[in-house]
Amino acid sequence: MGLSDAKSASGVMIVRVDGQLVVGNRNELKEHLQRLLEKGERRFLIDFAQTGYIDSSGLGALVALARKVREEGGDLRLSGLNEDLRSLFELTKLDTLFAISDTPDQALATF
Amino acid sequence: MVQRVALRVPSDVDCIEEAVAVLTRHCLSGAEASPRVQFRLQVALSDALANAIVRGNREDAGKQVYVQVDLHPEAVNIHVTDEGDGFDHASVAEVLDPASLDLPSGRGLFLIRHLVDDVHFNTQGNSICMTLRRQ
Repeated sequence: MGLSDAKSASGVMIVRVDGQLVVGNRNELKEHLQRLLEKGERRFLIDFAQTGYIDSSGLGALVALARKVREEGGDLRLSGLNEDLRSLFELTKLDTLFAISDTPDQALATF
Repeated sequence: MVQRVALRVPSDVDCIEEAVAVLTRHCLSGAEASPRVQFRLQVALSDALANAIVRGNREDAGKQVYVQVDLHPEAVNIHVTDEGDGFDHASVAEVLDPASLDLPSGRGLFLIRHLVDDVHFNTQGNSICMTLRRQ
């Protein structure tokens, strides 16, 4: 899995997940966002347009991150889920827990 | 004719992604599987291996996970067996508790049950057999 950051003009930190988000690397994402929180970032968009699959541990990591960001007074939203990835969120009802947009631009407009 | 593929996976979660890639290639070889079937197979395999390594073998480096894939013309049967004591799969609810929605764990078996076409466990509870139609 590769992670890359970009900051939008409105100050939202966009984190792109390239590859798989699974049990073996979920902590990389958690530690990455923790470092960004420590630097003062509070608004996050995680983009999955380049993600292959996510397992239940990856979903769990996102749930834990969303809680952590909320506790810090921030906001974490998701974008770029293809039909298969979105089906995982629907199956597990996590689509009710996360704000999910089709594209980063659409997500940024909701912050 | 049924083709059989066997793989031993170390009890290390860092090995799961590569094992899923290797097994997926074998499971879908010679078949025109849809991207959706491939996706379901990858997620189910990843979760089955994670359960076996983390919950079954408790990440004990001295233990292995044994995967056996039987390739039928229309479907694949995948057995994932750990060296743990087993668990009572019936104790795992088939639906998610809405009150547990924001918990970081407890979705693995639920996802497997919904992503593959059939799931069975052995009596001891340390081996899962997943059946997935190839198309």
